[in-house]
Amino acid sequence: MSFLSTLYPAYAEIFLLVMSCTILMVDLFVTDKSRTLTYLLAQFTLLCCAWITVGTHQPGAVHTFHNMFVDDLMSDVLKLLSYISVFMALVYSRNYLLARGLFSGEFIVLTLFSLLGMMVMISASHFLTLYLGLELLSLCLYAMVALQRDSAAATEAAMKYFILGALASGLLLYGMSMLYGATGTLEVAALSEAIKHGVQNKELLVFGLVFVVAGLSFKLGAVPFHMWVPDVYHGAPTAMAMLIGSAPKLAVFAFVMRILVEGLQPLMAHWSAMLMIMAVLSMAVGNIAAIAQTNIKRMLAYSTISHMGFMLLGVLSGGIEGYGSAMFYNVVYVLMNLGAFGIIMLLSREGFEADTLEDFKGLNQRSPWLAFMMLLLMFSMAGIPPTVGFYAKFMVLQSIVSAGYIWLAVAAVLFSLIGAYYYLRIVKLMYFDAPESHDQIKMYPDSSLLISLNSLGVLALGLLPGTLMWFCSEAVQRSLLLH
Amino acid sequence: MISGLPLLSIAIWLPILFGVLVLATGNDRNAPLARIIALVGAVLGFLVTLPLYFGFNKMTSAMQFVEMHDWITHFNIHYHLGVDGISVLFILLNSFFTAIVVLAGWKVIEKRVAQYMAAFLIMSGMVNGVFAALDAMLFYVFWEAMLIPMFLIIGVWGGPNRVYAAVKFFLYTLLGSLLMLVALIYLYNQSGGSFEILRYHAMPIPMTAQILVFIAFLTAFSVKVPMFPVHTWLPDAHVEAPTGGSVVLAAIMLKVGAYGFLRFSLPIAPDASHKLAGMMIALSLIAVVYIGLVALMQADMKKLVAYSSISHMGFVTLGIFIFNAYGMEGALLQMISHGFVSGALFLVIGVLYDRVHSRQIADYGGVANKMPVFAAFFMLFAMANSGLPGTSGFVGEFLVIMGAEKANFWFAMLAASTLIFGAAYTLWMYKRVIFGAVANEHVAHLSDITLREKVIFTILALTVLVMGVYPLPFSEIMHTTVNDLLVHVSHQKF
Repeated sequence: MSFLSTLYPAYAEIFLLVMSCTILMVDLFVTDKSRTLTYLLAQFTLLCCAWITVGTHQPGAVHTFHNMFVDDLMSDVLKLLSYISVFMALVYSRNYLLARGLFSGEFIVLTLFSLLGMMVMISASHFLTLYLGLELLSLCLYAMVALQRDSAAATEAAMKYFILGALASGLLLYGMSMLYGATGTLEVAALSEAIKHGVQNKELLVFGLVFVVAGLSFKLGAVPFHMWVPDVYHGAPTAMAMLIGSAPKLAVFAFVMRILVEGLQPLMAHWSAMLMIMAVLSMAVGNIAAIAQTNIKRMLAYSTISHMGFMLLGVLSGGIEGYGSAMFYNVVYVLMNLGAFGIIMLLSREGFEADTLEDFKGLNQRSPWLAFMMLLLMFSMAGIPPTVGFYAKFMVLQSIVSAGYIWLAVAAVLFSLIGAYYYLRIVKLMYFDAPESHDQIKMYPDSSLLISLNSLGVLALGLLPGTLMWFCSEAVQRSLLLH
Repeated sequence: MISGLPLLSIAIWLPILFGVLVLATGNDRNAPLARIIALVGAVLGFLVTLPLYFGFNKMTSAMQFVEMHDWITHFNIHYHLGVDGISVLFILLNSFFTAIVVLAGWKVIEKRVAQYMAAFLIMSGMVNGVFAALDAMLFYVFWEAMLIPMFLIIGVWGGPNRVYAAVKFFLYTLLGSLLMLVALIYLYNQSGGSFEILRYHAMPIPMTAQILVFIAFLTAFSVKVPMFPVHTWLPDAHVEAPTGGSVVLAAIMLKVGAYGFLRFSLPIAPDASHKLAGMMIALSLIAVVYIGLVALMQADMKKLVAYSSISHMGFVTLGIFIFNAYGMEGALLQMISHGFVSGALFLVIGVLYDRVHSRQIADYGGVANKMPVFAAFFMLFAMANSGLPGTSGFVGEFLVIMGAEKANFWFAMLAASTLIFGAAYTLWMYKRVIFGAVANEHVAHLSDITLREKVIFTILALTVLVMGVYPLPFSEIMHTTVNDLLVHVSHQKF
């Protein structure tokens, strides 16, 4: 095998790395006024990455770099979705950041590097690659949260995020070292083989698993490792909160699939029990705490926690169906989350953050179209048909019922009933209440067009969810080494 | 020529399409245009449902006007539509009332006219979808989606306490629906991956599972009907909703719940239905008697009619769960009749409310002196509500009482008490509002109903009378289906 052909599956990553460095250099010579150049270059890079990922797609899983890196259908689908969500995040945040003087080259380059981290995570088939990608992603995000240096809240959020994140990484590494001690390998496929053939020190293995699951649930923001989520969402500038809540969730999903589902499949009885407790707790804490929030970013943070709990139900129910439903849920969640944050940023103006619930009062009278878009997103998050959020919940419920956990399904629907209340409250504020301010909402053409596409996409996918469902279960089916 | 058209799809999507068109007229500057488009859409929506009635084959209980397309192949979900003798009349009823509601809101609604009209049109399409769906998931999507427009109707154009009522309405119904979703997923897995309702009908299910499935459906449908003790959302929703919202709620939405019993609970879990029939009958009789007494005590006209609705719907569930042809046909006729009568009563109250802005009975008195034509129409609908022979209200109640008599004398006895309570609360309200001396300033300044209102009431009055005197056109269409359903339900399934 020639050197170039070993690189072939990683062309997109390499291209992104080269381009990020180039943009970093180019940005040095660009004045604040013409920063649009950097922005356009970044968007162009994303488009090229998408093209490369599609172009280098091969049927079946291709391993490279001594089995540390894998290119399969799941990784390609998740990468494409990550490009899309980063693309959308950049469009949504541009005007918001411009108005706050935060639209710097650092922001763009950090975003691209975090994307690189996600891509490495998505394609990792070795614990070390996985860890490398995760750290690259996390370090970029810590810095981005702290980008607004003069804001005490942002700095505090960054500090919290960093300390807890470092702790979680430590837990993860500790767990990995135990797994290595028990099996003698860190390669995903070999690990699962080794466990199947019997391990002498089973306690060590399970102990390692506990640490890995803990580290992982921190990254997901599942209860009881959720404390950072509301604070970071609340404190960070809205654009960064949106970024944290969107594409990285796709990467973490890949993380869960590669580690738990592929590598530790033989221990499923152990980890699914842990996930079950965390899933139920996340749905409970997320949905109930969200009711008490007055800040919409905080509310969305708790809603994220509950969504992650719901997604975990799909993972723990197992099988192609279960993993496919979890992936579908994740993709849908990212889409809804982007749209909701996009609207918050559109409502914000210079020196004014539209981040309390009150700011949504009477939106229907100020801008009926925007209110309708938000309505679609809120009903989708609540899981009401005909929006796609319903099918996400439906797929997960279907897989847990067919796995035999009917009581879990009943608990899940009861918690989502509680959740429906606070989504409805946003609709109530927008439609039933009188507006408090009559300021003109500045509709930037690029972001308002994309928000419309985003919300109508939530509706359109709800009317015809079949294709996305097929893609998700196909990606899982073709990529995972299920034994 | 007509037989080639996908009539049911047109009945569903035409109003929705017009709803979107109405929304596109934008803000209140274009309100007249929005009203006209809405009326055209509603009337067209009604006209396209007429061939469903006239082209209906009364000799078979099989599904007719069937349409079947793949929808979500991943879960084997189809866009499968069809109607039988039970559902076809409700599609007509719903489309009919959409036109009435658009007319009734013509002048009264002044703010956000386009959104108001669009909400009703879109909801009308969705409700037609609920009655026509033969795929459980399609049914569920329409079933939940119709909550969204109703939620907005109550919340945006409702009374002072509208937010509470709207949220209560939404969460109550959602709770029931979600448990039904779990039951549907269970049935999907049991049937080997199918959401076909007709397939569930034929599928054997063990007794314990039947009972659980029945209870899950019961939570969904009993909230919608609503049955005692989950009825408390209805008075709130009715009182706060604008007139049009109350009309659709009473005339259409409540029927969706009873329809669910006939389409899902009975045929899918017949043994559980028999086993739990005692409980269902008891709850129905409590609704008939106790809620009838509650209605007697109401000071608010809308609340009174709301409680009267619950009491009348108790008749419907009673008729369904005594398992004989009289009872079931009586229940269906009662549903249709109640649609017309309660819809008409809410319109009547709406007329008074638009003029005086009060729904309290105590604020009125002597209205007949100022509004004689109105008083005459009100009289007719009040009589129909009390079940006077010759009006539509009598037919259904009489059949249900006959059916109940066949099952057990005491059921019939208790059910028949509604003829007294119904007459008492309706006519007492009528007396206090309409007769006597002119009570106050407001009443003295009342003017009689306009031509538009006369047209609406005349249409409704004629329907109520025709159905009371000659109910055959309504009953013959459901006859075969009801009989076959009863035969199906009488066979053991596990």
